[in-house]
Amino acid sequence: MPAAPVNPVLVFTWGNASRGDDGLGPALFELLEAKQLAGALPGVDLLTDYQLQVEHALDLQGRSRVLFIDASMSARAPYELHSLQPERDAGYTTHAMSPGAVLAVFEQINQRVPPPAFMLSIRGYEFGLGKELSSQARTNLQDSYTLVCDLLTAVPANDWDQYVAQAAS
Amino acid sequence: MGQQLETAEHPEQLERVVIEPLTRVEGHGKVTLLLDEDNHIRQARLHIVEFRGFEKFIQGRPYWELPVLVQRLCGICPVSHHLAAAKATDMLVGARELTPTAEKVRRLMHYGQTLQSHALHFFHLCSPDLLFGFDDAVRHRNIVGVIEDHPEIAKQGVLLRKYGQEVIRVTAGKRIHGTGAIPGGVNKSLSTGERDYLLEDIEQIVSWSQGAVDLIKQIFFEQLDYHMAFATIDSNMLGMVGADGGFDIYHGGLRARDAAGKTIFDHADYTDYEQFLREGVKSWSYMKFPFIESIGSEQGWYRVGPLARVNNCDFFSTPLAEQERRAFSAVANGRPLQATLAFHWARLIELLYCAEAIRDLLHDPDLLGADLLVRGELQSRGIGVIEAPRGTLFHHYEIDADGVVEKANLIVSTTNNNQAMNESIRQVAGQYLDGKQLTEPMLNQIEVAIRAYDPCLSCATHALGKMPLQVTLEDAQGTVIDRLEKSSSGTICSTG
Repeated sequence: MPAAPVNPVLVFTWGNASRGDDGLGPALFELLEAKQLAGALPGVDLLTDYQLQVEHALDLQGRSRVLFIDASMSARAPYELHSLQPERDAGYTTHAMSPGAVLAVFEQINQRVPPPAFMLSIRGYEFGLGKELSSQARTNLQDSYTLVCDLLTAVPANDWDQYVAQAAS
Repeated sequence: MGQQLETAEHPEQLERVVIEPLTRVEGHGKVTLLLDEDNHIRQARLHIVEFRGFEKFIQGRPYWELPVLVQRLCGICPVSHHLAAAKATDMLVGARELTPTAEKVRRLMHYGQTLQSHALHFFHLCSPDLLFGFDDAVRHRNIVGVIEDHPEIAKQGVLLRKYGQEVIRVTAGKRIHGTGAIPGGVNKSLSTGERDYLLEDIEQIVSWSQGAVDLIKQIFFEQLDYHMAFATIDSNMLGMVGADGGFDIYHGGLRARDAAGKTIFDHADYTDYEQFLREGVKSWSYMKFPFIESIGSEQGWYRVGPLARVNNCDFFSTPLAEQERRAFSAVANGRPLQATLAFHWARLIELLYCAEAIRDLLHDPDLLGADLLVRGELQSRGIGVIEAPRGTLFHHYEIDADGVVEKANLIVSTTNNNQAMNESIRQVAGQYLDGKQLTEPMLNQIEVAIRAYDPCLSCATHALGKMPLQVTLEDAQGTVIDRLEKSSSGTICSTG
């Protein structure tokens, strides 16, 4: 299976839209996809899935930057943004991986440093089966959408680190 | 082994050790160990908070939504739920037998799902440290060295997983939320382009799968006594077999054998599962405890999944997997192989089977056929059963005259293994956890036993968070005596 050509920036969201605010990632994906279909996000690939797994390390190949996006129960509202480093999981199940673990798999299978990667954690509140996004989560979603659009369209690649550091402070 | 540990005579006099992974929402588990006054393990209980509420989630929905809807139940094996629900809806629409194209497309999807799931389990946990315990580095140092010196092994695991995902994408139509299987058949077959795309890499996939089996055998035989004894329990085994007794994870009858290999029932019609199985409850666990009705709740619990399936089947229809099954069976000298760590070995034999079966199917012209759907008279009751990667999965629905789901009952693989996991934990606890001192090796051994079953921890919700493991020692009054915490990076510290 030859690798398809990719854009330099990857935005990867994940979550389960049937689990209330766990669907924040896929919801942001839909907003970004609509913007991309309007031609407003050149040079960006968008991917979404239920959860992170080892094969997603393959999706990082050929990228200059990667932005992971997920819901969080512990992040400060409306979101937290920080940079990521490879970090191996040592859990007892194979059910989900952290983004740092995906970077570690990239490093393991390619024997080189993964692309610069960043994590946007959107604060969620209700994660019950069959629930809709909570009203607070919807507010956080809009704030996150504004942030990501700014990052993808107005911040030069070399300035992401500085931008993220300012957002984290 | 272990039965005497479940119910102490005076639990109020026991001290308690709690091992609790802290997750954010649902799907966490903990192990509770109760010590007596002499610091011996008297009770050991594995608690898993089962993914609850799915029956209610499903009720009131039209039956034709089920194969897509149930994929939201689990983020790790959505295809298993997709296919089990599709089989149940086949029964609802009166489709007694699918067209050859429909059945083969579904089988291809199922083999792809099982291949990628098994590859993930082994290769992501490919370090023997993870599979067999962190204090086991000396025992497995040769294998550790092999993997460290050959990073391509890890890459093979990722590419095997990716290939399985591509099989799912091609057969289900999409990377996630696939709609391939529908009541009475499938909504698409393969194009020649799709078939040729999958054929490009299949020989490599078979070769890597064989390599994985060779590696796990090497690990297993390096310390045969250890692997045969660790967390080993004598259990009944349940699984599906084909009409000819051969290995079949998509369709067939239920076969149950006791610990000695004697048949309890065979080729049982899974739509009558309520006649063979009961779902027991215990006051200390949210998860049910299924058992074989004819034996009773005390002795009727069983194991499902790769270990049960490889033990239970008479043969594999593919040559490489059949050769490996014979090697597997030879270790047990004519009895079922009960070693819990043999789950890993059995899992990879199934991986090899799936690779071979995918190869065979890709050469079958029925995959390209146009006859996709059959329909009959609408029925009110539909039951679908498949062998999911972790074991037998039951979907049972009842609908009203308008086709709306009135009742749903799902027995997932991990629930089927519930009592067996308790028994394995008890066995390990009795062997390693004698005393009041919590140690890192103790923690790791508990994890190794759990990991062998690869239990589903209901992580359909999984937003970013760590999964530390916390061990707390409490006396009978609930006073914390000691506590260890293990982060997801493997760092262990005392927080007591």
